[in-house]
Amino acid sequence: MTNLTDLTVAQIRDGFRAGDFSARDVAEAFNANVAAARALNAFIVETPEAALAAADRADKDRAAGTLKPLSGVPIGMKDLFCTQGVQTTAASHMLEGFRPTYESTVSQKLWDAGAGMLGKLNLDQFAMGSSNETSYFGNVISPWRRGNGDNAPLAPGGSSGGSSAAIAARLCPAATGTDTGGSIRQPAAFTGISGIKPTYGRCSRWGIIAFASSLDQAGPMARDVRDCAIMLEAMAGFDPKDSTSLDMAVPQWEAGLSSNLKGKKVGIPKEYRVDGLDADVARVWDDGIAWLKDAGAEIVEVSLPHSKYALPAYYIIAPAEASSNLARYDGVRYGLRDLPEGANLQDMYAATRAAGFGPEVKRRIIIGTYVLSAGFYDAYYTQAQKVRALIARDFARAFEACDVILAPTAPSAAFALGDKSADPLSMYLNDVFAVPASLAGLPAMSVPGGLTQGGLPLGLQIIGPAFDEQAVLNAGLAIEERAGFTARPEQWW
Amino acid sequence: MSVDLTTVKKIASLARLAVSEDEAEALVPELNGILHWVEQLEEVDVAGIEPMTAVIPNTLRLREDVVTDGDVRDKVLANAPQAEHGFFTVPKVIE
Repeated sequence: MTNLTDLTVAQIRDGFRAGDFSARDVAEAFNANVAAARALNAFIVETPEAALAAADRADKDRAAGTLKPLSGVPIGMKDLFCTQGVQTTAASHMLEGFRPTYESTVSQKLWDAGAGMLGKLNLDQFAMGSSNETSYFGNVISPWRRGNGDNAPLAPGGSSGGSSAAIAARLCPAATGTDTGGSIRQPAAFTGISGIKPTYGRCSRWGIIAFASSLDQAGPMARDVRDCAIMLEAMAGFDPKDSTSLDMAVPQWEAGLSSNLKGKKVGIPKEYRVDGLDADVARVWDDGIAWLKDAGAEIVEVSLPHSKYALPAYYIIAPAEASSNLARYDGVRYGLRDLPEGANLQDMYAATRAAGFGPEVKRRIIIGTYVLSAGFYDAYYTQAQKVRALIARDFARAFEACDVILAPTAPSAAFALGDKSADPLSMYLNDVFAVPASLAGLPAMSVPGGLTQGGLPLGLQIIGPAFDEQAVLNAGLAIEERAGFTARPEQWW
Repeated sequence: MSVDLTTVKKIASLARLAVSEDEAEALVPELNGILHWVEQLEEVDVAGIEPMTAVIPNTLRLREDVVTDGDVRDKVLANAPQAEHGFFTVPKVIE
């Protein structure tokens, strides 16, 4: 008997259609895995009854011949997407108990496509973090361990750390993520799964709790490239409710998958080969180059000269936008209210925000407020937006010479929880390879590339030109077919 | 540029964040570390470069000037910490 929780999205979809098993069987199997894995703390809210209800609808649809693209497939939903009637917190105390009266566009599209919800996945608070250590609801523990008796809990990456841990641990076959500066790709790399951030504007931001609106972009995380294509097709599409939504048809990415890269050029950005690059990361990057060559691609060196300025620009722009977006949490309309005895309105605002936000969120609000304040705006914010324009120009020039760019996803494998939480800067530096594509709004994905000497997963990142998710997915597929990545965490939870 | 305790308190007040003396003191070196690091952007030659406003070229759409929603008062108030008589309520602001 097949273990249903080992199946990919495509295998569940196709097996369900073929009558090999019922949707209810699938939902029950994943519900059981979710309930048995609380040690990972991947879910903030479990919704087994929602998964079963969707499964029952799928079983009826199959009998009636009215199947939908994701009928029978249960998924995890990052707790940054508003889900009607189901607590949505952004992993913050501020929104504890918040039950949206509406559904985010992306989650609605997934339900309309027939998917069911297993639960709301933990994340870094307001998606601010790279290790899932800033959640008010506790750290997510990666299912991976270093082995050799070293059982130190490892970071699942962030901010979509609940999503990455849940997929790697077979608690769900796929999940939603959001990526502001690497929050899909870095956790995917840390846990040996795949994830794609599409072109900015592909997925509607409506109903996704805002962090930095010019960067925030939803995307899927799953075990392989095909599943990412299937999920992204269901999630993407024009939405009049998001002013930056792309008014373009959604390509048939799954049907367009092809790992034959003959005639394609793959750019290797020389600035990413930094001094002191981790030896394992460099080795897997070289493997990736060889695999893409084997798939028929020509390898060319490209230059992204402003790469080293991407992170500092990001840490001005993202906090600036966050300080503005998070001004809405005022203790009046929704969320927490802290009203000290005798407090006036201003005191209530300040007390509410002090009680509702965690330290990293406060840090970013204060940085953002400072760089936007009178007298500093041009020196920080305007300068950062100019540098951002240069970073986008670097990519535009590079894509005159190549079709996609190959780079590492992160500078290291997963680190232990607590290793970097004392020093914000060292945590920020973990996103060094992920942030440039975010600043330029480009599609980028991480696929498993191999393991470190110590046995932890490393990701390879493919960055494509705007709107060309297909090229990114195809290069990802070419790597996937050659990497033969079958490692999975040994179950200890 | 660097910040001192007074500036941190001022910024926190602008951001409507109550901070204790200890929190404010801890923030000073943290913020200075981050600000010092981002100031490397000063060395970038940005002559003639327009600050980016839209990452993907896109035009703001116009739609028909018609009502698209409404009659959702109770939904809007559903998550309010305190609501009375169909309104959000706040502490008294006028003496």
